[in-house]
Amino acid sequence: MKDYFFLAFNNLKRRKLRSWLTMVGIFIGIAAVVALISLGQGLQNAIEEQFEQLGSDKIIIQPRGMMAPGSATGSLKLTSKDLKVIEGVRGVEYASGYLIKQGQAKYKGEAGIGFATGLTEIDFERMMEMAGLEVIDGRGLKDEDKFKVVVGYDHIYGDTWEKSLQIGSTIEIENHDFKVIGVVSKIGNPIDDNLLYVSKDILKEILDVEDEESQILVKTAAGFDPVKVAETIERKLRNLRGEKEGQETFSVQTSEQLLESFSNIFGIVQAVLVGIAAISLLVGGIGIMNTMYTSVLERTKEIGTMKAVGAKNSDILFIFLFESGLLGLVGGAIGIGIGIGLGKGAEYIASTALGTDLLQAAFPWYLIGGPYYFLF
Amino acid sequence: MKQTIIKLDNVHKDYKMGDSIVQAVEGIDLEIKKGDFIVIIGPSGSGKSTMMNMVGALDLATKGDIFLDGQNIEHLEESKLAQIRGRKIGFVFQTFNLIPTLTALENITLPMIFQGVDRDERIKRAEKILENVRLSHRKNHLPNELSGGERQRVAIGRALANDPEVILADEPTGNLDTKTGAEIMKLFKDLNKKGKTIILVTHDINLLNHAQKILKIQDGRIVKHGK
Repeated sequence: MKDYFFLAFNNLKRRKLRSWLTMVGIFIGIAAVVALISLGQGLQNAIEEQFEQLGSDKIIIQPRGMMAPGSATGSLKLTSKDLKVIEGVRGVEYASGYLIKQGQAKYKGEAGIGFATGLTEIDFERMMEMAGLEVIDGRGLKDEDKFKVVVGYDHIYGDTWEKSLQIGSTIEIENHDFKVIGVVSKIGNPIDDNLLYVSKDILKEILDVEDEESQILVKTAAGFDPVKVAETIERKLRNLRGEKEGQETFSVQTSEQLLESFSNIFGIVQAVLVGIAAISLLVGGIGIMNTMYTSVLERTKEIGTMKAVGAKNSDILFIFLFESGLLGLVGGAIGIGIGIGLGKGAEYIASTALGTDLLQAAFPWYLIGGPYYFLF
Repeated sequence: MKQTIIKLDNVHKDYKMGDSIVQAVEGIDLEIKKGDFIVIIGPSGSGKSTMMNMVGALDLATKGDIFLDGQNIEHLEESKLAQIRGRKIGFVFQTFNLIPTLTALENITLPMIFQGVDRDERIKRAEKILENVRLSHRKNHLPNELSGGERQRVAIGRALANDPEVILADEPTGNLDTKTGAEIMKLFKDLNKKGKTIILVTHDINLLNHAQKILKIQDGRIVKHGK
């Protein structure tokens, strides 16, 4: 065995350039697969983690983005009337309505676009609790706060602004001055870490919004099935808004359903990406086949000699198998290395979701096996 | 009475060339005794190489039987044939056919690898053989660093690796100058004196005086036996 290995290694060494090129083909394929799988897996983990923090007892009610023909725009929005009805449903511990709006923000002459969320004191506290957040400096939002703002983590510790905000600085939101009174702990995604938390009434006033809730978040009371409660909410809202089943202008989803629909979409995207990477792996495998085929052709005489000195067909097969296996193994190892590097690099650049590498170890061994199968 | 080592019994070999069938060997009967030094001559295309390949178990006869050391090799499976080639026969070729990636020493150990000889024993034997072909000083050189005569000596060394009964040499001096060729022939004669059976194919008539027995082959048949 060791001797076959030695002979195979010798043969590869003789054709250094060709061996290298073949390996490049392999490791590009494997690197692509590893990087995409690890990043995809990392992203999925990050999403799941955030949902886990939210807990499985939550129900999210949102207006549907799609408009049914003929229906008035007004009825698409969720309003405080909807919120009232939801609060009355059995099994609802509490319901919080948030207003989330995009607006112009300005600080020290630097302009930016900010997502502002308007909420009441009690909803602010519930949000902190549900998302597992806390106010790490300054204080939280109070009902009596008028032109005050609690900011997301990145406003003070991140790079939202060139000159970072401080507790006590003044920031301009939609041409109104707001005083920064507190900062919230890091969530881990740039949208949430850039939020501006302000009083709901003030946000409505400065943006000239009437009665509107962008999102209603419900916590199911202990002992109630969130799915059942969600069904009741859907029925009641349908009655209130006079809509037919299947044509609702709103959606009611439990946090688990939401996660599921996220995962479904994500699974498709991932399958496509891995499919593309698999093609490059296949091309690499064909590269090995081609290299081995030409080397068998150009060595027919050598094979004849080996047979003349007593090599069995199986001995020769082994030597060639070792050669292709070595190409696959080394190419695969380099590919995994580069793939992990790419994954980490992308993770660093995106610096949003963490790319965990847990899945990698298992996958590439299977992928390395591929070239062996390809050949014979 | 010397023991018979190779016996050919009405051996035929046909090749398909497109639509027609070429009869390369047309019924050869031959008996070779242990310790013989036989030179086979004949024009190219006469079937002498074909016959050599069949004696060396590289090729099977279309018809007839070949006995090697009493064993009929025409009905053996491929792995058995490989073993016979490795153990009982040593090949020497006109173009040396050394493995270019292996050193002189490694080339000689190659046949032993396929017989499962362990590494230390292999190297010990190969060094002894290199001494016999007077190449000890070149043992770590690759074939393309050796002269033609040296390469052929390595090839002879490789043929001797598993201490075979028979050495088949197909035009071993064909690619060498006269002086080196004579050296190689001397090597074969020495081996023959030590008891090896040697079958040598050539069309160089100068080599004939080395032979104990000369066979002339023409059109796939033996046309002349003699000294």
